[in-house]
Amino acid sequence: MSNFTPDIRAYCCHYTSQQTCADGPEGLKKDGFPDCVVLNRIPCTGKLQISTLLKAFEDGADAVYVVGCPEDKCHNLMGSQRAAKRVGAVKKALSELSVEPERAEMFHLERGFHPEFVAAAVEMHKRVSAMGPCPFKGEEK
Amino acid sequence: MIIAERKPVDEIMEMLQDFKKVLVLGCHGCVSVCSAGGEREVEILASLIRLGSKKEGKEIEVIEGTITRQCDKEYIDSIDQWEGKYDAVLSMACGVGVNFIANLRPTDMVFPAVNTSFFGGSAEQGVWSEQCAGCGNCILHYTGGLCPVARCAKSLMNGPCGGSMDGRCEIHADVPCVWQLIHDRLERVDRKEQLTKVAPIRSWTTAGHGGPRKVVRDDLTV
Repeated sequence: MSNFTPDIRAYCCHYTSQQTCADGPEGLKKDGFPDCVVLNRIPCTGKLQISTLLKAFEDGADAVYVVGCPEDKCHNLMGSQRAAKRVGAVKKALSELSVEPERAEMFHLERGFHPEFVAAAVEMHKRVSAMGPCPFKGEEK
Repeated sequence: MIIAERKPVDEIMEMLQDFKKVLVLGCHGCVSVCSAGGEREVEILASLIRLGSKKEGKEIEVIEGTITRQCDKEYIDSIDQWEGKYDAVLSMACGVGVNFIANLRPTDMVFPAVNTSFFGGSAEQGVWSEQCAGCGNCILHYTGGLCPVARCAKSLMNGPCGGSMDGRCEIHADVPCVWQLIHDRLERVDRKEQLTKVAPIRSWTTAGHGGPRKVVRDDLTV
């Protein structure tokens, strides 16, 4: 368990990750962004499908999370609201399979680089490290 | 259209426990429109089955496919394209589709992935409501186009009943009393007097109580 390095996939929109991506991997590392979080940048989280998040679990993710604009200030009006609903559907699906729904999460953050962007990754890292490997991997906790 | 909802995953997994290769088969008809069994839902359910199996330490091969309709023979025949690749079909169509596969493919094992709910429509995104009961004897021309068979909790022909309060049905505050709607609508279009007509006793013989119904169009049976 102590050797467990979670595989966490983050899906963030162009706007919330703008500065993060400008900083590059070295900058992120300096700011404390966990190495095990893989960033997937998409034009708008409203484009993200439920199946994309489920496929991440099929590919071996221990958790997935989405970072979109504030609910009432999405660059594309309702994209982040749609993403939140889809994350909700993934949480429900995980519960149906008796897997912790907390392995999927939605964060609404302001545009640009904020300590909150790093904090979301750190929170997920902490959460998943405590939970252990995802049961879909068929590994012992 | 026909409205359906996906069954719980554990119920589906139980159906599939004896099978190693499953064809999850969507339908481009009604269930695509109500987001219960179209291409996108096939993708999601296939993923859930694979994940559920992985968790249980079982191996299952899931094939994904969607056909134009599952309620016509020519489209059911197109399942031949997956011949030999599956040992069970999990249909995401309504109950008609599941029956058609069972009727037309006598040796195929077929299971339902959705519960077929009702005939309805969507007035707002993500919300569907029942509008028609398929009773086979429409009286909508008497009731201003609003169906008391499907939309009155008691299917009354002479409502509203005593349970109608402030335009709402006594079964739930969210349910409008359709007889209130009928009276209001006919009054609005100045046709309320048609409700005073004495209607003949309604025949329910077309409503399915006499066994499965059939429509035959002689002009189309060549």
